[in-house]
Amino acid sequence: MFSLQNRKDILFFSILAVVLLVVLPVGLDAFRLTLVGKYLTYAFVAIGLVACWGDTGILSLGQGIFFGLGGYCMAMFLKLQASTPEATKSQSTPGIPDFMDWNQITALPWFWKPFHSLSFTFLAVLAVPTLLAMVIGIAMFRRRVGGTYFAIITQAIASILTILIIGQQGYTGGVNGITDLRTLNGWDIQSDHAKLVLYYVGAILLLVCMLMVRFVRRSKLGRILRAIRDQEDRVRFSGYNVANFKIFIFAFCAAMAGIGGALFTLEVGFMSPTFVGIVPSIEMVIYCAVGGRNSLFGAVYGTLVVNWARTSFSESLPELWTFAMGGLFIGIVLFLPGGLASLYRTHLDRYVDRFLSALSSKASSPTDEKA
Amino acid sequence: MFAGYSVNDLASIFVMQSFAGLILFSVFLLMALGLAIVFGQMGVINMAHGEFMILGAYTTYVCSQIFERWLPGLFGLYFFFAVILAFIVAGGIGMLLEWSLIRFLYKRPLDTLLATWGVSLILQQVLRSTFGAREVGVTLPSWMMGSWNLTDTIQIPINGMIVISLTLLITGGVYALLYRSGWGKQVRAVMQNRSMAGAVGIDTEWVDRTTFGLGCGVAGVAGAAFTMIGSTSPTAGQQYIVDTFLVVAFGGTESLGGTIASAFSISQVRSILEFFFNGSMAQVIVLLTVVGILMIRPQGLFALKVRR
Repeated sequence: MFSLQNRKDILFFSILAVVLLVVLPVGLDAFRLTLVGKYLTYAFVAIGLVACWGDTGILSLGQGIFFGLGGYCMAMFLKLQASTPEATKSQSTPGIPDFMDWNQITALPWFWKPFHSLSFTFLAVLAVPTLLAMVIGIAMFRRRVGGTYFAIITQAIASILTILIIGQQGYTGGVNGITDLRTLNGWDIQSDHAKLVLYYVGAILLLVCMLMVRFVRRSKLGRILRAIRDQEDRVRFSGYNVANFKIFIFAFCAAMAGIGGALFTLEVGFMSPTFVGIVPSIEMVIYCAVGGRNSLFGAVYGTLVVNWARTSFSESLPELWTFAMGGLFIGIVLFLPGGLASLYRTHLDRYVDRFLSALSSKASSPTDEKA
Repeated sequence: MFAGYSVNDLASIFVMQSFAGLILFSVFLLMALGLAIVFGQMGVINMAHGEFMILGAYTTYVCSQIFERWLPGLFGLYFFFAVILAFIVAGGIGMLLEWSLIRFLYKRPLDTLLATWGVSLILQQVLRSTFGAREVGVTLPSWMMGSWNLTDTIQIPINGMIVISLTLLITGGVYALLYRSGWGKQVRAVMQNRSMAGAVGIDTEWVDRTTFGLGCGVAGVAGAAFTMIGSTSPTAGQQYIVDTFLVVAFGGTESLGGTIASAFSISQVRSILEFFFNGSMAQVIVLLTVVGILMIRPQGLFALKVRR
């Protein structure tokens, strides 16, 4: 009924779903589970990078931009919810976020106003990163800027955005970011119950997004994207508009990153420029690289493994962790360019194949006899 | 934005800010020269380039400490030893890095980026473990301090002059090495056609290693110069790396003249804007302009005309 590859994907999706929705919530205490929920928001960026970097060969070092924009959109909404006139009545102008008051801004800036609405916020979480990515993509890919130049320019844009956010303290909260976020339409997001709910929402959304990325990768579009990665000129000479495909996939990944950022804000309760700049952007690429830039599942597991290792290492041996992280990058690039997923491919894949074909032949053999 | 200043004031501001810009230009140019060699000639994206600069800065710091304690008589001259030592230390470690890591990655430029990012993390941590996370500064010998009063309102600091002359010297040296020496001819031959260069008997591996070492060594000198105008911390290199990449990309990676021109224009505009806006806005405006221009001219301002 299904091809082997499809059956394998179904198997892996089930395993991941069981791990995320059953094993982790049962096995971990509330604190650890919240941490895993935070890691999962990075996985949104990582699965986007699989399509963008692994498939199409576009290495973006500015995914923090989109993650941050999504996160800031959400944070602006939550901040406005937290800044009711009653809650802020000690300020000189009640009803505006506290950091604006500290910076002598007396009226809500125009671009903050729409964020009173939750539906606008959800729209903005998707639209703002997507539109910015489209603008960048149109400007770059139409001019055939690619490879290392693209990576460097996205990096520059990440640094521009960080400098802007830090510099425009009155509008963005500056270095501290937007903090002290409490309720989502009256629902306390800091409570233990809310954290559990948010974890499940994040996990399920991640699975849905993975299905979407899988759909894109498995479609004809995905084949064209891989062709662009391998022989861009030949695809162009075959009559495809390469730039448009690249713009699409770049914007698609930006939307994924934006969703991750918004969830991050909800789960952690604040957003700051430390998640926008160059360092987080490169780290997100690393999560994807460690798991395997060509494997959707690898990217998710890679994100979880690296972040889990970082947390447990840096609690006890912060110095060693920096060395380990550096060594990890070098080791993966030198010895395991396919990431953890390539370990699976060389050692486990054939057993899984055999297992699945054995299963299906057993299941289908009675009908075969009748026929 | 010019309101409230007299013509005389404006002229002084202009001269002072241009001079500050010249110092920024020197650091940019030294950084960018190293990067232009490594990135432009070899195609390696060295994210650890900033750390090589900081390595040079710490070498200078150590040098100044040693002279202060054991050779106080020669303290006035320590800087010249420090510059040479910074070049040797950064260049030597650069060659080691090329031998142990970079040479396996020449066919995968984007992977050099990831691997060297790992290197930069490790170098940062080594520096932090050795010297502590706090910023350190060097004491300048007395003859390097003070300034030269041109008019009542215009003062030219002497350490700035030294940084600028050092930059001119290094730039001239790099130019001579690359375009006037036999070694430079080999470098250019290898970069243009590796297999053909190998076929005519050039030791391409040695050329790669020394080229990479030269790039890192020049970054080390940039670090030594940097100590004269600011303090050093293990993470200071990261602040410069994006700017430097943009300088190189803006100028066109294959051309040394382009690197100089773009370092000059970027640093001057930024320094002058810094007086009228605040520092971060000046940086944003300059970065945005550069990115905008790069979108119009992806190959940089001074790209060689090649058939693509």
